[in-house]
Amino acid sequence: MIDQIQHAWTWLHSDAASAVLIFTTIKILLITVPLILCVAFFTLWERKVIGWMQVRKGPTYIGKGILQPFADVFKLLFKELIIPSEANRVLFYLAPLLALVPAFAAWSVIPFDAQVVLSNSNAGLLFLLAMTSMGVYGIILAGWASNSKYAFLGAMRAAAQMVSYEIAMGFSIVGVLIAAGSLNLTRIVEAQAGNGGMFEWFWLPLLPLFVIYFISGVAETNRAPFDVSEGESEIVAGFHVEYAGSAFALFFLAEYANMILICFLASILFLGGWLSPFPESWGLVGTAGWWWLLLKANFFAFLYLWFRATFPRYRYDQIMRLGWKVFIPITIVWVLVTGIMVYCGWLLPGE
Amino acid sequence: MTAITRYLKSLMLLELLKGMSITGRYFTRPKYTVHYPEETIPKSNRFRGLHALRRYANGEERCIACKLCEAVCPALAITIDSEPRADGSRRTTRYDIDLFKCIFCGFCEESCPVDSIVETHIHEYHFEARGENIVNKQQLLAIGDRYEAEIAAARAQDAAFR
Repeated sequence: MIDQIQHAWTWLHSDAASAVLIFTTIKILLITVPLILCVAFFTLWERKVIGWMQVRKGPTYIGKGILQPFADVFKLLFKELIIPSEANRVLFYLAPLLALVPAFAAWSVIPFDAQVVLSNSNAGLLFLLAMTSMGVYGIILAGWASNSKYAFLGAMRAAAQMVSYEIAMGFSIVGVLIAAGSLNLTRIVEAQAGNGGMFEWFWLPLLPLFVIYFISGVAETNRAPFDVSEGESEIVAGFHVEYAGSAFALFFLAEYANMILICFLASILFLGGWLSPFPESWGLVGTAGWWWLLLKANFFAFLYLWFRATFPRYRYDQIMRLGWKVFIPITIVWVLVTGIMVYCGWLLPGE
Repeated sequence: MTAITRYLKSLMLLELLKGMSITGRYFTRPKYTVHYPEETIPKSNRFRGLHALRRYANGEERCIACKLCEAVCPALAITIDSEPRADGSRRTTRYDIDLFKCIFCGFCEESCPVDSIVETHIHEYHFEARGENIVNKQQLLAIGDRYEAEIAAARAQDAAFR
């Protein structure tokens, strides 16, 4: 054991180690910086889309509205950090980080193209499940450390909701797992390749799981119509009432990074990731590439906003009913159906 | 049987899709937004904004201190004192309107027998200190002098309907 530690220690001081570390850091920055920019423009797109659906124009002033997110970010960064006098200072500062870190860490296993992935881990899906579940700790801690009624109520609601929908989400992932025969996300996408274009993807045999996965994803990220944990009209802003300035910005960033993550995951698990929806024989439009993944993720991101502009908020007991009495039974049944499909040879795992 | 079909129907999410189709249609509709300070919408000539006291063309103030406006004002926003002037005519010595009390109902304008107190189309004004909300006779006359052309034009347009 001590030998191994010493070995690792000497490796860390070698030139090779620093080269690897620098290279990895650059790769991480290549993912996180565009992600943060995506979050910024996603907030703008959200305001625009909701505005348009409400027959308004949305933000139009700062750089024709395009630079609005930067104005918001600078406003938040220059604002004072206010800590409630009764708050637990350590946990209060720790909570936004605990929300943000898993939201960003999950991106390490997302394959953007056939070879473009930071960590081509064999347990990628498991890691993702772990990371998306970790996010709830940040929220609970935020609600607890604020020492405020509304924050605590929001945190409790968020925790109950995320725990409930995690199960339905996990079961839909089990369906993908059976169909793909692998936990590696790159392999899952490759298992959806074929001459049939979009009809080779998992969304067709796993349609109920696909729908439930995305809806659970919306609930998991506490977005409308499942946003009881924020519920402006009932408990002000839920778990982050007491947060101001940059600490609030971190929660915001984590929430939106998680949303975009769910969009990417839905595209990778059910819509064939970077694969083209057209058969390969169609030439240019049949060529697989990262642009297809971005297009699909954009579609899901638009759905998020469309939901928010359309549906009223679920009542708390309705959310619980939907999660436990509707989604979980259906996913369990469909996991069995998938198993039978594989057993009878209608669906070949990994192909 | 109907319960089962209803259950299966609810699983198709038809209501949700219907709702989304409505918002989807509104997504592409022309927008109602008006960029207010840069763009404005047309204002009716009956618009009831900031008050003004008018004068006749010879410079004589119209108000004869009949106090009908003070009597009719439902918000009790108008305070009038009057005295005979040197030439024997009855004139106001004080004509205050509290704009915080005023509800802009236009009754003062309607009750005025000489079209002296009017409500102009001005609605973009502000106060910077406590007490500025009470506008006195001099201020009201000054507003009237400044916007007389527009006030007269609006009254002329509306004259046929009065």
